[in-house]
Amino acid sequence: MRYSLASLITNALSGNRNWKPVWREPEPKPSYDVIIVGGGGHGLSTAHYLAKEHGITNVAVIEKSYIGSGNVGRNTTIVRSNYLLPGNEPFYEWSMKLWEGLEQDINYNAMVSQRGVLNVFHSDGQRDAFVRRGNAMRFYGADAELLDKEQVRALVPFVDFDNARFPVRGGLFQPRGGTVRHDAVAWGYGRSADSRGVDIIQNCAVTGFRIENGRIVGVETEKGFIGAKKVALAVAGSSSRVAQMAGLRLPIEAHVLQAFVTEGIKPLLDTVITFGAGHFYCSQSDKGGLVFGGDIDGYNTYAQRGNLPVVEDVAEGGMALIPAIGRLRILRSWGGLLDMSMDGSPIIDKTPVDGLYFNGGWCYGGFKATPASGWCYAHLIATGEPHPYAAAYRFDRFGSGRVIDEKGMGAQPNLH
Amino acid sequence: MRINCPYCGARGLEEFTYRGDATVKRPESIEESARDAWVDYVYLRDNPAGLHKELWHHGAGCHSWLEVTRNTVTHEITAVELAAKGR
Repeated sequence: MRYSLASLITNALSGNRNWKPVWREPEPKPSYDVIIVGGGGHGLSTAHYLAKEHGITNVAVIEKSYIGSGNVGRNTTIVRSNYLLPGNEPFYEWSMKLWEGLEQDINYNAMVSQRGVLNVFHSDGQRDAFVRRGNAMRFYGADAELLDKEQVRALVPFVDFDNARFPVRGGLFQPRGGTVRHDAVAWGYGRSADSRGVDIIQNCAVTGFRIENGRIVGVETEKGFIGAKKVALAVAGSSSRVAQMAGLRLPIEAHVLQAFVTEGIKPLLDTVITFGAGHFYCSQSDKGGLVFGGDIDGYNTYAQRGNLPVVEDVAEGGMALIPAIGRLRILRSWGGLLDMSMDGSPIIDKTPVDGLYFNGGWCYGGFKATPASGWCYAHLIATGEPHPYAAAYRFDRFGSGRVIDEKGMGAQPNLH
Repeated sequence: MRINCPYCGARGLEEFTYRGDATVKRPESIEESARDAWVDYVYLRDNPAGLHKELWHHGAGCHSWLEVTRNTVTHEITAVELAAKGR
């Protein structure tokens, strides 16, 4: 059914007893045109755009757990397009535009909140780097404003401006950035894809790939073999172990990123703020908790939980930027698996196996990319050609030296 | 996580720096013919879910390079050796 004011009023007056499940729970068909492995944000958005933009609806999304059980439900919900490099910025700006029209596109309230993203800087050198970044953003049609100290003070008066080591001198502000209700992104894309005929098959792990003469013919699953003309991976932190079943070795390491939420407080922070001298980013959820995170733990792991040194590091970053945060209790912390690529940028590409496609290497920035990732991946799967916005996200960039090294730190995942 | 350094004993993670997969080998040749082997060495990893041999540097201790065998699913460390052992 389509959500509208009339449907809300009708269901409210009948005690909200008549809502129906918003997607089906079908048994898999013997075969599909396209099977998407992974029912997270990227897999579900790919299914939505395959159906809506390319008319390909004989599609299954196969998920080993329930949809949205991975990183789309574990991130800190920030969306922004404040990238620097030509390979990245047009892609993330397209993602930002898709976020802006998302709720109308999928008829689902994803609570898209363009509350702005503020990156504060602490030194002249950092200011120059942010000027350059802001100019690159505006060059590609994104919005960016350089704020001086007083303009930052008007936005976030509680920040420690006179910190002895890291005084806040100003900030780079992207007003169109903000936050999106992360679970609703998975549910909304899933519902939209389902309503167009896509089968969402949950609790069904893929156990292998059937490849004949170098061409994919289907996937082995816990519910048996399912044939497919094309198979598209979107499994984020599990990329290496899933791709290994197809004989592929990837430029990716699995790492963990922790996130934290405090007890709920009255409205304090009405934008997203990041620290410039350490790794710390923070926003306030609609329930009132401050949601924040920092660096990855920095060692290979599939454990979905981290260790205490990073907890301490994040807390120190928070205290240096917002001293008042020290009066709050942390309510929960958790970890998500990251597919850290070797240059910090993603991959949306064909693989050496005909008909097998790969989408991964999102590092810790996959959530904001969800719409454009699905858009470009669907384009690649449907047409066989890379979408212009994702044309640089290829496997062969590592061998050819065309890495997209946004941070300028080199080929080593634990440096990102 | 604590790592049992052969010289210093069991120490907290914050004393160590991670340097990744210990099994990748730098190619002997620097000729163009070894190009693919270099790409593999620099960029490609097995990235296993399970036992992983990896390098750690005890920077806030004895400065040893250690080869640690650790389970990437449970974080259990099953062996710690000096990386220079046998060389």
